[in-house]
Amino acid sequence: MTSATHPVGSGLTARIRSEERDVDLALTLATGETVAVLGPNGAGKSTLVTALAGLLRPDEASIRLDGTVLAGDGTWLPAHRRGVALLAQDALLFPHLDARENVAFGPRSAGVPRRAAREAAERWLHDLGVADLADRRPSELSGGQAQRVALARALATEPRLLLLDEPMAALDVSVAPEIRRLLRRVLADRTTILVTHDVLDALALADRVVVVEDGRVVEDGPTREVLTRPRSAFGARIAGLDLIAGSMRDGRLVTPDGLAIDGTPSEPLPDGTPTVAVVSPADVAVHLDAPGGSPRNTMSATITHLEPFGDHVLVRTDVADARITLASAAELDLSPGTRVHLVVKATAVALHPARPGAPGAS
Amino acid sequence: MRDTVGTFPRWLLVPAATSALFIAVPLLAIVLRVDWSQFGALVTSPSSQAALWLSLRTASATTVLCVLLGVPLALVLARARFRGQSLLRSLVLLPMVLPPVVGGIALLYTFGRRGLLGESLEVLGLQIAFSTTAVVLAQTFVALPFLVLSLEGTLRTAGQRYERVAATLGATPTTVLRRVTLPLVLPGLVSGAILSFARALGEFGATITFAGSLQGTTRTLPLEIYLQRETDPDAAVALSLLLVVVAVVVILAVRGNDARQAL
Repeated sequence: MTSATHPVGSGLTARIRSEERDVDLALTLATGETVAVLGPNGAGKSTLVTALAGLLRPDEASIRLDGTVLAGDGTWLPAHRRGVALLAQDALLFPHLDARENVAFGPRSAGVPRRAAREAAERWLHDLGVADLADRRPSELSGGQAQRVALARALATEPRLLLLDEPMAALDVSVAPEIRRLLRRVLADRTTILVTHDVLDALALADRVVVVEDGRVVEDGPTREVLTRPRSAFGARIAGLDLIAGSMRDGRLVTPDGLAIDGTPSEPLPDGTPTVAVVSPADVAVHLDAPGGSPRNTMSATITHLEPFGDHVLVRTDVADARITLASAAELDLSPGTRVHLVVKATAVALHPARPGAPGAS
Repeated sequence: MRDTVGTFPRWLLVPAATSALFIAVPLLAIVLRVDWSQFGALVTSPSSQAALWLSLRTASATTVLCVLLGVPLALVLARARFRGQSLLRSLVLLPMVLPPVVGGIALLYTFGRRGLLGESLEVLGLQIAFSTTAVVLAQTFVALPFLVLSLEGTLRTAGQRYERVAATLGATPTTVLRRVTLPLVLPGLVSGAILSFARALGEFGATITFAGSLQGTTRTLPLEIYLQRETDPDAAVALSLLLVVVAVVVILAVRGNDARQAL
């Protein structure tokens, strides 16, 4: 486990057990690390979040955060003494307070005088790009604006651990990328647990991915590894994607090996942006000879192994994976070591900004 | 556009109109019976003034007492979970369904001179029965359930989502109560307080049993009306109209408050 590699006392070590919900989760986070928790509904994600936040006491909990025991050995620190902030799907801004007073709520609860708390609130609102909304009531904010203010409110408490529970699930699809970009910036050096069902969130924000199924951690590893080589059923269902990392140059993704890939950017990606190309293996065709045709990406690759996958074959290569029919695999006479050309249409390639410094983004 | 398919059979309109008239006609009867030429003099006579002033004072004091006693009780009923909770809720409801005169008897045997607590209070030099304090206690006894039930309902509807968020932002339970819970349920609290005030203003049975009818001390407006009915029916009618007007104002206040809450 990762706990051995971090100095004792820093970061988060948690073990949550609930017999009633059949949950037994163990999790460690290094200070500053962002971990995405993926899993189907009812897998135990919300039990984890509410127990960490101190809102719901499970049968057994042992939680240490930066050397403080939040739970365990008969202790159970109440939510307000944990330094753990929670941002959920709904912004839940206090409806009777304007945006500024909402953000100032945390500092004021910590004993900061009214004026200083307001100034701090204004700094946070400014930092999250919503300074102009300070005087608005929550009912006068759009979903995306409310979520920005709610994020400012959570950050203003200077939490030692930030819990994000599907923070973009209730947002309009056109707003989500904007919030994701914002999160990428503010989460850079914060200890954060991000509960999500969206692979893109994990890709853009997390250093590590933990997959939870039936109340147990079934996978735990670097984001790219888990998303490209899932070992759990849920991981395979949501992921099993081809991820090709590089950075943007002249509107294309260029890998460290010099391979250039055309795709559809999910948001404006200026040159130099660390980027990941996401492709479903089903959209990747395998050819023995380099084909012509301009709207296609062609990558030469060497087959590492072949995996039967129902009536399909998963062709694993040193570049990306392709899913082709048994018939075409037989026709092409593929075997490990064969040099092939992988072809994928630019429209089937989604280009997403990657977390700077995340594994696979270099 | 209008919904052309009625959600009720048309013939229901007849009994519905009947019940509306059942309430409206007696009120109209009062208005018609008022001797308008004497109205000003009747409602400003010394005994009327004393009764009105006493009623307003005691009902206001009762409202304050109901808020002080009722808010904690409503919070415990809405937020805590404990054995005997439904029993406690039924108990709170009891003064609403109990005949007020029975409430008065109960109070008399509690705070009266030879009551359960009365003797100890007497040692301390406190005599409650047949004082203005007794009026306030009698009114609080019958009005408290209105505030508790109304506020408990509002608290349940409001839910605990905001309170949980406030806790994760570092607010102690007391801060959460002061800065989140109470502001959020304020409209419900105001409605409950107005209802308590109205119930206190109309209180008769418990008051006359426990506090008696001493002019300027315990004779509130309803008691004054009851007494005047024997000697000066015109004064009784005039004062009755005064209470009707107060009741209408109370209803408008509650409805206006609810409408703001719904926004």
